[in-house]
Amino acid sequence: MSSFEPAGEQASIASITEQVRPITIGAAVTSVHFLGDRAFFVGAEEKVSIVDAEGVMSKVDVLGGGILCAASDGKRIVMGGDDGKVVALDKKGGVAVLATDAKRRWIDNVALQADGAVAWSVGKTAFVRSAKGEEKSLEVPSTVGGLAFAPKGLRIAIAHYNGATLWFPNMAAAPEFLPWTGSHLGVTFSPDNKFLVTTMHEPALHGWRLADNRHMRMSGYPGRVRSMSWSAGGKFLATSGADTVIMWPFASKDGPMGKEPAMLAPLQVRVSAVACHPKQDILAAGYGDGTILMVRMGDGGELLVRRNGTAAVSGIAWNAKGTLLAFSDEDGDAGILSI
Amino acid sequence: MSQTTSQKIPVTVLTGYLGAGKTTLLNRILSENHGKKYAVIVNEFGEIGIDNDLIIGADEEVFEMNNGCICCTVRGDLVRIMDGLMKRKGKFDAIIVETTGLADPAPVAQTFFVDEDVQKNARLDAVVTVADAKWLSDRLKDAPEAKNQIAFADVIVLNKTDLVSKPELAEVEARIRGINPYAKLHRTERCKVALSDVLERGAFDLDRILEIEPDFLEADDHDHDHDHHHHHGHDHHDHDHGHGLKHYHDEDMQSLSLRSDKPLDPNRFMPWLQNLMATEGQKILRSKGILAFQDDEDRYVFQGVHMMLEGDHQRKWKDGEPRESRVVFIGRELPQQMIRDGFESCIVS
Repeated sequence: MSSFEPAGEQASIASITEQVRPITIGAAVTSVHFLGDRAFFVGAEEKVSIVDAEGVMSKVDVLGGGILCAASDGKRIVMGGDDGKVVALDKKGGVAVLATDAKRRWIDNVALQADGAVAWSVGKTAFVRSAKGEEKSLEVPSTVGGLAFAPKGLRIAIAHYNGATLWFPNMAAAPEFLPWTGSHLGVTFSPDNKFLVTTMHEPALHGWRLADNRHMRMSGYPGRVRSMSWSAGGKFLATSGADTVIMWPFASKDGPMGKEPAMLAPLQVRVSAVACHPKQDILAAGYGDGTILMVRMGDGGELLVRRNGTAAVSGIAWNAKGTLLAFSDEDGDAGILSI
Repeated sequence: MSQTTSQKIPVTVLTGYLGAGKTTLLNRILSENHGKKYAVIVNEFGEIGIDNDLIIGADEEVFEMNNGCICCTVRGDLVRIMDGLMKRKGKFDAIIVETTGLADPAPVAQTFFVDEDVQKNARLDAVVTVADAKWLSDRLKDAPEAKNQIAFADVIVLNKTDLVSKPELAEVEARIRGINPYAKLHRTERCKVALSDVLERGAFDLDRILEIEPDFLEADDHDHDHDHHHHHGHDHHDHDHGHGLKHYHDEDMQSLSLRSDKPLDPNRFMPWLQNLMATEGQKILRSKGILAFQDDEDRYVFQGVHMMLEGDHQRKWKDGEPRESRVVFIGRELPQQMIRDGFESCIVS
């Protein structure tokens, strides 16, 4: 692949690349999270690398093989491995094994709820463990593609083939099935609990308005959507998959129905990771060629955080206060920026 | 970042009807001292007797792509497993996908052509079908899955040959050839076959579509007699490939071979081929071709799985090499005359 050279208008973008503290993880990185003011770089295998704002790095062994999935609530990171284990990593770097699959099957997905509940899936079965340690499971018709906790109450969305299932583990009622043909892979609730959105195997999102299960089709992507991030207050859902950041409007009661998405920060390469600022209308977007831009949602103003010419950006994260930005590419060439 | 073909991890698909010996072959591959490490995707845990931490259980979940192509089915579980396996890049050299005995190989193969992420990292190497010499003839009559697996194969391991007589073996081979004359066929007992005969075949590699001759013509006997002499003199030799071969015509699964020593018109041939695949692609399991286009110094090669086609200029025609176009189709209830007529109409007269 040829390397993209920002030319013309791009050359005029203000650059803050000098302010980034470069970090070499030394192994593939698949996602980035903040616990407090330390950045946690989740590797493709075995280890998480923890880096503080001064750039001091320590490594923790979390799983005995590939790390297949990771989720964080800002207090801990839960990960699932191809060794059949679900582990939690806390702020201090302490590792706790939450579950072990008896047959060592892959832990395909994990999700975390702010009040301490954890969910994971193995094949067609989704498991949930409440903060009190009570464990329940639910089998869905096909392999679980993604898991997400609703912002309120103990309610879990399970994405699978031909739709998503909404499960209230503490209620006797049968889980609710939201049908839509196709393979659903990722899933997220809007922060106001009004919408459910899935990423599909084909390059599209699908959404349901939960009040009446009305469908929302969000298509037009050239590639599969792998990264989604809600803007502060849930006004927009920012997504990867196109050569601009696609921002679906969710502020009105109809969500994005009948509306065009905003398209920000166009480059000649696809967006691979997005992370919205936790408080302001700013987002960071990583691209397939390693470029990272910070983008103002209001007017699309851009700042260059990282130049192109590397592997794809695999993870970006803000700390909860919104004062630190951490990122990595697939090869583990990473950085932290203090704002 | 897309990888070149040679960097992509080769994937061998292992099919075969229930009880044919897939697990035996798998265990043989894994236990042989070849210095390679395989990630193995199996449909049932626990049948493999070899210690290997890269054995992954699969659920064979097939789904239709929402792209308007009705035969475009893929294995969703494979998409997910391939994604997970890529996190362990460098820990294995190749991937083997074992299917259940009743599986159709097409969705497995199609997964490697339609899924962008899978295609980026892996390439389909070959479909290897293990067949039971004793029972295959019966299964071809009553199990459409068995027929699919034979028709789809690049390599056929005809196993348990010690359990049948020579005439029985000739019978089952002829039935296989009636469906698929192009696959490499190996006769084995307990799946004893050289690993180089089943792995790293490059059967879907356009650069390696060199010959598309029926396999039995490559044996040392070219004098095809059609009168079924079972006591042919050569029978006493060890090497009796192709002798006394009966010609079976399978009623619903056939192959069709077309050739022309006159050049083809690319402006007629390509639209014709694409239209053929769009309308008849559900019936056509596999297709391959080497083409000599008019005013083109390069050989053009293509291959397809159902409606999915890929093609490219391969290399320059060599001096003295006959510029002949050859196309083969393997499929169910092929509209033979229509295909022949269509092909003829693309020949520059």
